[in-house]
Amino acid sequence: MHSFGYRANALLTFAVTILALMCTIGSLSDNLNTPSPSAQIEILNINWFQKQPHGNDEVSLTLNITADLQSLFTWNTKQLFIFVAAEYETPKNALNQVSLWDAIIPAKEFAKFSIHTSNKYRFIDQGHSLRGKEFNLTLHWHVMPKTGKMFANKIVMSGYRLPEDYR
Amino acid sequence: MGWIGESIESVKSMKIRDSLFQFITLGMIVSSALIIWKGLMCITGSESPVVVVLSESMEPGFQRGDILFLQMSKDPIRTGEIVVFNIQGRDIPIVHRVIEVHEQRQSGEVRILTKGDNNDVDDRMLYAQGQFWLKQEHIMGRAVGFLPYVGWATIIMTEKPIIKYILIGALGLLVITSKD
Repeated sequence: MHSFGYRANALLTFAVTILALMCTIGSLSDNLNTPSPSAQIEILNINWFQKQPHGNDEVSLTLNITADLQSLFTWNTKQLFIFVAAEYETPKNALNQVSLWDAIIPAKEFAKFSIHTSNKYRFIDQGHSLRGKEFNLTLHWHVMPKTGKMFANKIVMSGYRLPEDYR
Repeated sequence: MGWIGESIESVKSMKIRDSLFQFITLGMIVSSALIIWKGLMCITGSESPVVVVLSESMEPGFQRGDILFLQMSKDPIRTGEIVVFNIQGRDIPIVHRVIEVHEQRQSGEVRILTKGDNNDVDDRMLYAQGQFWLKQEHIMGRAVGFLPYVGWATIIMTEKPIIKYILIGALGLLVITSKD
């Protein structure tokens, strides 16, 4: 009853239970945070806009991304993964989402930024319907926790339009 | 030494009824583990509700040895989600982030492109020859939760099977010789 093995087992079980409980509480405590992030994206320039040889439209943009995501950080936050995606409809597809740029924010002090960049990933349509196309730019964020549940949300910015002609 | 001697002694002095009881206890442990696993499969709707991260392609978010909890819901897949997918001709599923989604108007089918956060290029190189997009059927689940380090036990046991056998043996011996 009071052998070494029995005591070791009881101690280990207790330690693991406490650890699991603390991880759960840590993860649940994320719900207490009510973040108020803000973001603004400006298209500074259409660098070029053309139809690829095999028929898909491709466009290159220069963006200015300003955001304040500091309120998303809690003590259980390991990092923030953020990305900007273009979202639009075409006759063929009910929804197209194309990532243009992404970044990892490792700590709170880097969460307020303003960056001037061209798109990191290629903005290619499945087809050739980008001319004069209205689209949304969406800033998505993924909160990656030290442990527990992952959170994600986004800010949608609408009213962007591509030019009528290739250039 | 006294502990080992005690154990051997208890094995020797075991009666049939006792050994049957031990056998049932062992069976209970195994079947409750199975129930938990199958129950998780039902709740999450995913074939493998828990996966261990094996590669560095999602660093620094997910490191080797971290555990991910998967869910397979009817919600459509969108950019930014971390999905686990199977590629034809590969045994090991891959955990990467969705960077492009095209949802067809008529059929409702999706075309998905993924990329590892720590990789420089998208995953077209990893897909099967001539495959440009993932479809819904390739997706095994999306990651919803995260637990660090726990997966190391699995990695060690897969890479050094001897440790697995020693562990199973020791546990079995402990169950057989335990008396209370």
